[in-house]
Amino acid sequence: MANTQAMCTSFMGQLLNGGHQFGAITLVSRTSLTAPTVDTFKAALYLTTATVNASTTAYSASNEVSGTGYTAGGVTITGSPAWNAPTATNTSTTAGTAFTTPTASITYTTVTLATAFDAVLIYNSTQNNTAVSVHTFGSQTITAGTFTLTMPANTTAAALLRIATT
Amino acid sequence: MITTTKGDMDESLLEKREGSLDNDNETTTWVEYWLEGELVHRSAHVALKKMPPIVAEAASLT
Repeated sequence: MANTQAMCTSFMGQLLNGGHQFGAITLVSRTSLTAPTVDTFKAALYLTTATVNASTTAYSASNEVSGTGYTAGGVTITGSPAWNAPTATNTSTTAGTAFTTPTASITYTTVTLATAFDAVLIYNSTQNNTAVSVHTFGSQTITAGTFTLTMPANTTAAALLRIATT
Repeated sequence: MITTTKGDMDESLLEKREGSLDNDNETTTWVEYWLEGELVHRSAHVALKKMPPIVAEAASLT
């Protein structure tokens, strides 16, 4: 069992159906919805013995970390706004990148997580906890302390979520 | 003051240990405080670098 960094495959399919709302958008009316509100996304931590990867379709408490100060489901990705406005940039006539990144670090404050963990699942808590992506890191434990995930730069080359053509 | 498993304690009473990790995926630092051989505080800070992008493709019609 191991966690694997990946964009969740189900997420890619849901993108084609407009199933996630990272930022504000104005739509041509689809019956009634023209200005949907931005969805809420959360970040849950998983034990090294978990198996979260591209096949993960939704948040599950199975093999999620537990301990003092940690609430099942993890923390809400906060900020104002929570995500940088999704941006699409052409790099040539045939290629470009669309990208976004949370605007703030993800922080678990004053927790004790005694069993080793090495992955965070980003998921859409507004849309039935559907999975977005898995990010792995070196195995960690926390004792009466704080665990912080600092986001990469919100650029075409490093943003947390990127969709690119080459 | 440091938050520990035994309550808030003055840092001068504790042994401080620090470490770091840097690779293509992350830059991580951690700090530990020990009291008489017992770990009483550990915090970690992971800076994610990047992950491979989704590759999008428009299929040829020919």
